[in-house]
Amino acid sequence: MFRKTFTGLIVAGAALATATAAFAQDAAVAAGPVKNPTVEQMATMVNKGDTTWMLISSVLVLLMSVPGLALFYGGLVRTKNMLSVLMQVFMIVSITGLMWALFGYSIAFTSGAGHEIMGYQFFGGLSKSLMAGVTSGTYAATFSNGVYIPELSYFVFQMTFAMITPALFIGSFAERVKFWPLMLFTVLWSILVYYPVAHMVWYWAGPDFLMDTVKKTADGTLISQDSGFLFQKGALDFAGGTVVHINAGIAGLVGCLVLGKRLGFGKENTPPHSLTMTMIGASLLWVGWFGFNAGSNLESNGVAAVAFVNTMLATCAAALSWAVVEQLVHKKPSMLGAASGAVAGLVAITPASGYGAPMTSIVLGLIVSPICFFFVSTVKNKFKYDDTLDVFGIHCIGGITGALATAVVAAPSLGGQGYFDYTVFPAVAVASDAYSITGQLWIQIQAVVTTLLWSGIVSAILLIAIDKLIGLRASEEAEREGLDLNEHGERAYNM
Amino acid sequence: MKFIVAIIKPFKLDEVRDALGALGVAGMTVTEVKGFGRQKGQTEIYRGAEYTTNMLPKVKIEVAVSDALAPQVVETIQQVASTDAIGDGKIFVLELASATRIRTGETGDTAL
Repeated sequence: MFRKTFTGLIVAGAALATATAAFAQDAAVAAGPVKNPTVEQMATMVNKGDTTWMLISSVLVLLMSVPGLALFYGGLVRTKNMLSVLMQVFMIVSITGLMWALFGYSIAFTSGAGHEIMGYQFFGGLSKSLMAGVTSGTYAATFSNGVYIPELSYFVFQMTFAMITPALFIGSFAERVKFWPLMLFTVLWSILVYYPVAHMVWYWAGPDFLMDTVKKTADGTLISQDSGFLFQKGALDFAGGTVVHINAGIAGLVGCLVLGKRLGFGKENTPPHSLTMTMIGASLLWVGWFGFNAGSNLESNGVAAVAFVNTMLATCAAALSWAVVEQLVHKKPSMLGAASGAVAGLVAITPASGYGAPMTSIVLGLIVSPICFFFVSTVKNKFKYDDTLDVFGIHCIGGITGALATAVVAAPSLGGQGYFDYTVFPAVAVASDAYSITGQLWIQIQAVVTTLLWSGIVSAILLIAIDKLIGLRASEEAEREGLDLNEHGERAYNM
Repeated sequence: MKFIVAIIKPFKLDEVRDALGALGVAGMTVTEVKGFGRQKGQTEIYRGAEYTTNMLPKVKIEVAVSDALAPQVVETIQQVASTDAIGDGKIFVLELASATRIRTGETGDTAL
């Protein structure tokens, strides 16, 4: 915190000095960070290290989707459906990337002021559609006063999140969904679920602007501010536990229920065709996730390193605890189990990565695997839903575990980072004794329930509508012969 | 002449081949096969989903030998391929009506 403020002072000082060249340097520094800086002032608050880190992080998150997630999922299906999974991920990434430039970024990350519902914001506007006004000379806020990154780097970093999220839910639909109807669902889901939820959780005016938009009652209760619905409530989601994993996870569950079970589910053997691919994919996810979590700090600083270390430790712990659970239950630790555990750990630490401490992150990793294991084995077998690749059991359940645990691990009393109060200027870290774990837990529960309901209900409506209008499920013949030949006209392996 | 078909565990193939070569068996045909006998397959578990594989991978060896050599071949395969565990396989001996070497047209024992 001290370091942050200090940097802010110097950068802001430089900004003022440039803006008002007549002022002496000493006087400018004494003025502190700049409230509501102009674009010209922001241009002097950009750091090459931060910019580099954001661009690298964007590449890492793309690596998670292609080829990471594609191979992780692809290895788990049967040979005849391998390409369908790879192709679905590849095209979702391509389509959602274009959509992000057309209007996605604008809906998610511009102010929804002017069309609030009960003082809360659910959607942004269309002012940055077609990337209007997003150039090399515009800047995006970070979490520190007086620190900015080029808006294009923020744009592309967030784009990679909008790409991977819909690619996650295809794991529930695998081996039976038709290609183009799935793409249509992806487009509609992005517009009606991803962009609004991202806006609700992540949009805010920025640390140098928020305080002037805050409206409070006479007794200090917050009425509104220029930020998304859940941000305003104080929900903590560092890198996307709600926005990405719970959001996609519940859509996956709804999808597998609407689609129905695969032919032969529970009767025929449907073992993974290549756990080698799955291990490679899971490992690439692990590598890319450092961009996802540590990149979400938006600055290359100590908190980014905290997120990095927490991500590493939680993942190691979760991979180990899944293997141990399998040893106890099935008498053998499996590679698929270890990979599943690693992914569950990555999912769980995502919302907590920048808030927790290394030792509490290890505990979180150790806890999440048994919970997810219980869902993918016992719960799935009991209720007999065909969530083909366990999107619900790992991403949604792991995401919920992480979102709730964030309230605990963020507590300064447990070594966590707490959070910053941005309604004052400059922002201040919340005092250790002012942080209430139960109070924060209640906020996290609201964020989880909001996401589950929003994504679950909208996904159900969209999927049922698409199924009735154009059909979502491949024909019985295509499903038996394989989607690769029938949907794409090719085979993964010609041997 | 006898035609001997042996179903053995795949990892025993090299040992069997060397032992038969030492006996003077000049050639054999090997095929990767699947099947089941008293060993009823094995269970695989993927994230809690249990699959019982009822066909297990084995190797099928086919050799044609003279009547004189046949008992030794059967005995050698039996001894070398045995692990004393269930699933070691079986050996079948068939009468062989004729044998012809394609290159030379030789028939009978000289063709083996």
